[in-house]
Amino acid sequence: MTQELEKTAPVGDPIADPGLPEHQYRPQDVDAAQEKRTERQIAAMFGVATLLLLGFCVAYFTIDQDALIFVDGAGNGGWSAMNFTLGLTLGAALLLIGTGIIQWAKKLMGDHEIIEMRHPARSSDDDRTAVMADINAGIEESGIGRRPLIRNSLLGALGAMGLPAIVMLRDLGPLPGDKLMHTVWQPGMRVVNDVSGQPIRPSDIEVGQLVNGQPAIFYETDDEGHPVMHGHDVLNAKAKAAVILVRMRPEDITPAEGRENWGIDGILCYSKICTHVGCPISLWEQQTHHLLCPCHQSTFDLADNGKVIFGPAFRPLPQLPLAVDEEGYLVAVSDFPEIVGPSYSFLDRDQKKLDEEMA
Amino acid sequence: MSQTYTPVEQTSTGKKLAGPVGWLDDRLGLAGAGKKNLRKVFPEHWSFMLGEVALWSFVVLLITGVFLTLWFDPSMAETTYTGSYRPLNGVEMSVAYASSLDISFDIRGGLLLRQMHHWAAHLFIAAMMVHMLRVFFTGAYRKPRELNWLIGLGLLMLGILAGFSGYSLPDDLLSGTGLRIADGMIKSIPLIGTHVSFFLFGGEFPGDQIIGRLYMVHILLIPALLLGLIAAHMLLLVYHKHTQWPGPGRTNENVVGYPALPVYIAKAGGFFFIVFGVIAVMAATFTVNGVWIYGPYNPAEVTAGSQPDWYMGFAEGALRIFPPLEWSWFGSTWAMSVFIPGLGFLGLLFVALGAWPFIERAITRDQREHHLLERPRNAPTRTGLGVAGMTWFGLLWIGGGNDVIALKFGLDLNAITWFLRVGIFVGPVVAFLITRRICISLQRKDNEVLTHGYETGVIDRSPDGGYSERHAAMPLAKQYALTAAKERPKQIEAPELVDENGVDAPRSRRERLRHRLRRFYYYGAAVVDKPTAEDMAHAEEHLRGSNEHPVELGEDFQGVSETGVPRVH
Repeated sequence: MTQELEKTAPVGDPIADPGLPEHQYRPQDVDAAQEKRTERQIAAMFGVATLLLLGFCVAYFTIDQDALIFVDGAGNGGWSAMNFTLGLTLGAALLLIGTGIIQWAKKLMGDHEIIEMRHPARSSDDDRTAVMADINAGIEESGIGRRPLIRNSLLGALGAMGLPAIVMLRDLGPLPGDKLMHTVWQPGMRVVNDVSGQPIRPSDIEVGQLVNGQPAIFYETDDEGHPVMHGHDVLNAKAKAAVILVRMRPEDITPAEGRENWGIDGILCYSKICTHVGCPISLWEQQTHHLLCPCHQSTFDLADNGKVIFGPAFRPLPQLPLAVDEEGYLVAVSDFPEIVGPSYSFLDRDQKKLDEEMA
Repeated sequence: MSQTYTPVEQTSTGKKLAGPVGWLDDRLGLAGAGKKNLRKVFPEHWSFMLGEVALWSFVVLLITGVFLTLWFDPSMAETTYTGSYRPLNGVEMSVAYASSLDISFDIRGGLLLRQMHHWAAHLFIAAMMVHMLRVFFTGAYRKPRELNWLIGLGLLMLGILAGFSGYSLPDDLLSGTGLRIADGMIKSIPLIGTHVSFFLFGGEFPGDQIIGRLYMVHILLIPALLLGLIAAHMLLLVYHKHTQWPGPGRTNENVVGYPALPVYIAKAGGFFFIVFGVIAVMAATFTVNGVWIYGPYNPAEVTAGSQPDWYMGFAEGALRIFPPLEWSWFGSTWAMSVFIPGLGFLGLLFVALGAWPFIERAITRDQREHHLLERPRNAPTRTGLGVAGMTWFGLLWIGGGNDVIALKFGLDLNAITWFLRVGIFVGPVVAFLITRRICISLQRKDNEVLTHGYETGVIDRSPDGGYSERHAAMPLAKQYALTAAKERPKQIEAPELVDENGVDAPRSRRERLRHRLRRFYYYGAAVVDKPTAEDMAHAEEHLRGSNEHPVELGEDFQGVSETGVPRVH
C-alpha cells in the first residue's frame, strides 16, 4: 500500500487560477430604452400587487363565508370561495412584490462582484495570550482555586437551586398509584352499544359480527336525570374501558384454561385498546378472527385468547369475562383480569397485584 | 463607477444621511460594525437558498401564528358545538376543538391563516432537512463551522417538536390519536415513564390539561428557543462568511459575490415575499389538516390510515416495523418494542448527525479551515454514508405508511413489514456501496473530460471513411473549477505500533483503529487522483492535434447535443 501511495504524492494543481471572469454588461446597462422598460415592468408589478391587496379587502367584506365554488354537477365537493379568493389575492400580491424586488436587484442594481478576503476564525495569538492572562488574573484574584471551601459550598448552593424548580413540578399531576390497574367495569355491569347506549342481548349479535361496546355507567343518570359520569371522567374512563364484542362459531374458539366460560354462545368481549401504544382497535377480519390495529398493525387472534400474531404489540388483548343477567342482557363478570392499554413502566408490579386481587 | 471622486459628505444622499447616522452613532457607535457588514459579500448558488426558505417559512409561521392565537382557545373544557359547520352541530367537544372549527368556518380568513400556518410548518421542516443535506453533502460543516452544524441540528429538533406540539392542539380525532401514541411512548420509558406521563397529562390520559400545556410549549417555549438559535446561526454565518464553490478567482481565502447592501438584501428580502406568496397560494388551493373531517377526540375511536405529519413518519414507521420485545424485571416493565423505535431511533439519528463532523475530523485529522465546498463525488465515503442514512430514513418513512401502501398497491401488509425489517439493515449498506462506486465513476468521468476533452457532438469522417466524434478541450475556467475543487489523495502512513525495543507503543490499538478508518475513508474502494500538470500538457497537445481540421469549431463553440442544440458549459 505504501508504495502505491508514493506515486500519488501531492503535486500542485494542474491548472493555474485564471482569475475572475470579465464583467458582462446587461442589456439594461447599455440600452437606456431597455432600462426604462425594465423600470416600468417592476413598477407595474408593485402597482398590480397594491390592487390585489385592495382586492383582498373587498373580498373579505363582500364574499359570503359559506359560498362554495367548483362544486361538481352532483353538488359534491366545492371549495370555500372566501378561502380561495383571499389566498390567491394575497399570494399573488406577495409573489409580485417579491418578483419585483428581485428583478430590481438583478436587472438594475449594480452587478459588480466584490471580493472580500477571509480571515481565520481564530483571534490573533496576542489576543489569545491577553485573554488567557485575563482569565488567569481573574482566577488568581478571586482565589477560586485556593479557596475550595467557598467554591464548593457555592457550587452546592447553586446546584440546590435546581431542587425547588424540580420540586415545584410535583403538582403537575397526581402520582400514578394503581390508577392504571382498574377500569370502570364492575361485576354485573351491562355491556351497552357504543352509539345508542342500549344494552345488548346475545341474540342481537350474529356470527361474524363485531359490535363496539361501552360500560353502561357512561349512559346512566342519577335521580335528577344528570349523567353519573360526564366530561373528562368519561374520556379518561373510555380510554381504558372501551370494548368490542365479537361473535364466532363456538367450535372455532380455543379458550385458554380457565376461560372456557368467559363467552356466551361464541360471543367474546375484548378490550378495544391496543396493548402496544393504546390506539382503539377496530379492523375486524371476519373469516380469520383477526383484529388489526389501524395505527401500527398489531394483529390479535380473537379466537385464540387475543394472542398477538403480528406486529409490534407484545401482550395479548385483555379479555372481559361475560355473563347474562336475569333480563337476558350481556354483563361483565368482573373487571378485566389483565391490565388494559399500552405497557407502562411498572405494569408488571400492577399485574401481580391484580392477580392477587382476582384470586 | 463615477470617474471623479466626490467625498460622500458632499453627495446629496450623504448630506441627508449625515444627520441621522451621526445621531445614532453618537449614541450606539454602530459605524464600526456597519463598516464591516453593510457591504458584506455573499456568494451566489441556488443551493444557498434552501436555508433561506427555512428562515422565511419561520417568519411566516410567526406572523400567521400570532393571528391564530387571537382566536384559538386552548381549553379542554367540554362544550356543545353550535357554530356554522352543520355536520358537527350539537356535538360535545372540547373548547379547543370548537375554537379550531370557529377559526375554520366562522372567522373570515381564519381557514386561510390555519392552512398557511400548517403549510409553512411543513415547508419549514422540509427546507431545514434539505438545507442540512446540502451542508452535509458539500462538507460545509467542516472547520470552522462545526458548531453552526450543531445549532442547525438543534433547530431541526425544535422544529419537529414545534410541529408535533402544534398539530396536537386542535384536539380533533387525529391529533388526539397522535397524543395517545405519544403517551404510549412516554409510558414505555423504563422505570419513570408512567410518572412522566401522569405529570405531563396532569393525571390519566387524556385528562384536561395537556392542550393548555402544549399550547404554552408551542407558542412560547419553542419559538423563544428557535429565535435564539436562529440568531446564533445567522451571527455565526456572518462571522465565518458564507462558503463558496471553487471557481476562477474563488479560493479558500476569499469570498466573491454581491454586497449585502443593496443587492443581497434586495434578493433575500424579495425572496421572503416569494416564500410568503407560495405559502399563501398553497393555503388557498390545497387543504391541509381538515380538522372538521373526523370530529372531536374520542379515545374509543380511530380512523384507518391515521398518520402523523410527514416529518414524524420515520418514527411512526419504526414503531410499526419493530418486532414485539418486552420484559419484566422486579415489577418493572421494559416495553422495548415501543421505547427503542419511539424514542431510541430519534435519539440515534440526532446523535449520529451531531457526532459526524467530529468523527470525520478524528479520522482525517484535518486541522485546516474549509471555506470551499466539496463536490459530493470527491468525498465518496462521506457521500455514501449520507445516502445510506437517507436510505435508512426513507425506508422507515415508508414503514410509517405501510397500510396505505399495502392498500394502494394491493400488497401484503405483513410482507411490507418484513421487507422493511430486513431492509433497514441491508438497504443502507447497499446504498453506501452503490453510491461510493457512482462517486468514483463520476470522478473518473471528470478526469476523462479533462484529459480527453468533452464530446462536441461533431462527427468527423476521415478520408478512409471512418467516423469519429471530435473532442475539444473544456473552457479553461471549467478546467480550473474541476481540478481546484479536488484534493489530492492523502498519504497514509501506517502508525508506529512498536517502539525500538519491540514493545507495543502506548495507545497502539487506538492508532491502529484510526489507521484502519483512514484507509476506509480515503481508500475505501478506489482512489482517483486528479490529472497532474504533465497530464494536462499532454492533453492539450493531443487536443490541439485533433483540432487541426479543415473546419474550425470557432471560439464560442461549446458542443451540440444529440438533437443539434448548442450547449454551454
